[in-house]
Amino acid sequence: MKTHFLADTTVLLGRSMRHIFRSVDTIITTAITPIALMLLFVYVFGGAIMGETENYVNYLLPGIMLIAIASGIAYTALRVFTDMSSGIFERFQSMPIARSSVLWAHVLTSLVANGLSLVIIVLIALAMGFRTSANVLEWLAVIGILALFTLALTWIAIIAGMAAKSVDGATGFSYPLIFLPFISSAFVPTETMPGPVRAFAENQPVTSIVNTIQDLFSGQPVGSGIWVALGWCVGILVVAYAFAMMTYRRKIN
Amino acid sequence: MTNPAGIGPAIQVQGVEKSFKNLHVLRGVDFEVAPGSIFALLGSNGAGKTTMVKILSTLLKADAGTCTVNGFDVDAEPLKIRESISLTGQFAAVDEILTGRENLVLVAKLRHLKAPGNVADDLLARFNLTEAGPRKVGTYSGGMRRRLDIAMSLIGQPKVIFLDEPTTGLDPEARLDVWRIIKDLSTQGTTVLLTTQYLDEAEQLADRIAILHEGRIIANGTLAELKQLLPPAKVEYVEKQPTLEEIFLALVGNNSKEPSGDRS
Repeated sequence: MKTHFLADTTVLLGRSMRHIFRSVDTIITTAITPIALMLLFVYVFGGAIMGETENYVNYLLPGIMLIAIASGIAYTALRVFTDMSSGIFERFQSMPIARSSVLWAHVLTSLVANGLSLVIIVLIALAMGFRTSANVLEWLAVIGILALFTLALTWIAIIAGMAAKSVDGATGFSYPLIFLPFISSAFVPTETMPGPVRAFAENQPVTSIVNTIQDLFSGQPVGSGIWVALGWCVGILVVAYAFAMMTYRRKIN
Repeated sequence: MTNPAGIGPAIQVQGVEKSFKNLHVLRGVDFEVAPGSIFALLGSNGAGKTTMVKILSTLLKADAGTCTVNGFDVDAEPLKIRESISLTGQFAAVDEILTGRENLVLVAKLRHLKAPGNVADDLLARFNLTEAGPRKVGTYSGGMRRRLDIAMSLIGQPKVIFLDEPTTGLDPEARLDVWRIIKDLSTQGTTVLLTTQYLDEAEQLADRIAILHEGRIIANGTLAELKQLLPPAKVEYVEKQPTLEEIFLALVGNNSKEPSGDRS
């Protein structure tokens, strides 16, 4: 019943948003590790890496934001897993609602929750000296890429949440994702890395996304890099969505 | 009474089979449930009771056979079925982070009812949960959770209710509470299909009992009919000892009708 899709999704979104606002710690924890990393890299390693700290915040922020998203989506997996194991998912599925709204509500909640964490992180970065020449259009492009990246990873989280047999299984998948920015241009330029590592770093999704956001923030032309970044995001999104639907169908058959 | 034709069974199951990989869980199940009656599906763990309930509540698809609920075919019109049934699963399907009242409002909204708040308040009163209503469900006892769970299933007045092991894990008092609720439902004309592994539960509640064993119904009838399957009872005189349940209830004072709000 497509007719109820919006109404049902809104009701279920309201439910997950209550979960978030009743456990604000999930937003804080999502933001705190990336913030700690940002402080560590800027004030401890920054001088050695870049010679000065202020520009390094500008360089670092995009990667930090991606780390925040990669750790934030673990909570989506956790919420989906809890719904699955508590039987509430089955209750919803046995009711006359638009069935897909159950998953979409989690997806929208993930966008909102990660958005809030990112706002906190950007505010801290501003306090640490982050400055950008980005205009409204460039900001919109940054927000769009981050939203797309969140969406893509959220569908991966939904697969993990549906397929997992335990809480650890539901959230464990995010660790490699959190680690990915370290082997990219997020912390140091890839030129200093030895051959194979550099090849990996330059050809994995995080580098193109980080480079694009860095360019947008600093007013550089983004070039063709933005298409590579968008390609990665859309590609991961499509594949993850397809697998999520497959897992979902197996669950209800 | 309740289906489009105006007559016929509320639930009809014919030749239902279901396998999970190599595990042949249901091997041709047949039974019918009359409108307004309580039907117990009795079986040990792993007998396939939950699988049967999931097929009837459109959560799983059968490999073979036909099922109708309220006259609607589960494969052809699952949405019509979802509009006229409720499922209370094996584990209380409640949202722990929301309050009891919010849980009820949530379901009322998803059933697209007007005045979901009033629906919630009425049910809280009916299930002795008014006081606990504004508290998070995470603080509820097992019995309170189950009552809330059943209350959530009654929203929208479904004609058929599936209760999958409704009293598993409950203490004796909470169990009696649930039994009373189920009897009330049936009095009001709701068809109840419940699964249980407790013989006394089936004996207490059900109009008809079907025994599901290794994927087939091996016996189906009223309690009296099932008793006739065995050789006539030998008359013996045995001193009537109180059961442990009777002793327990006498000691804790079952006269307090108002169930306590504390975690037990």
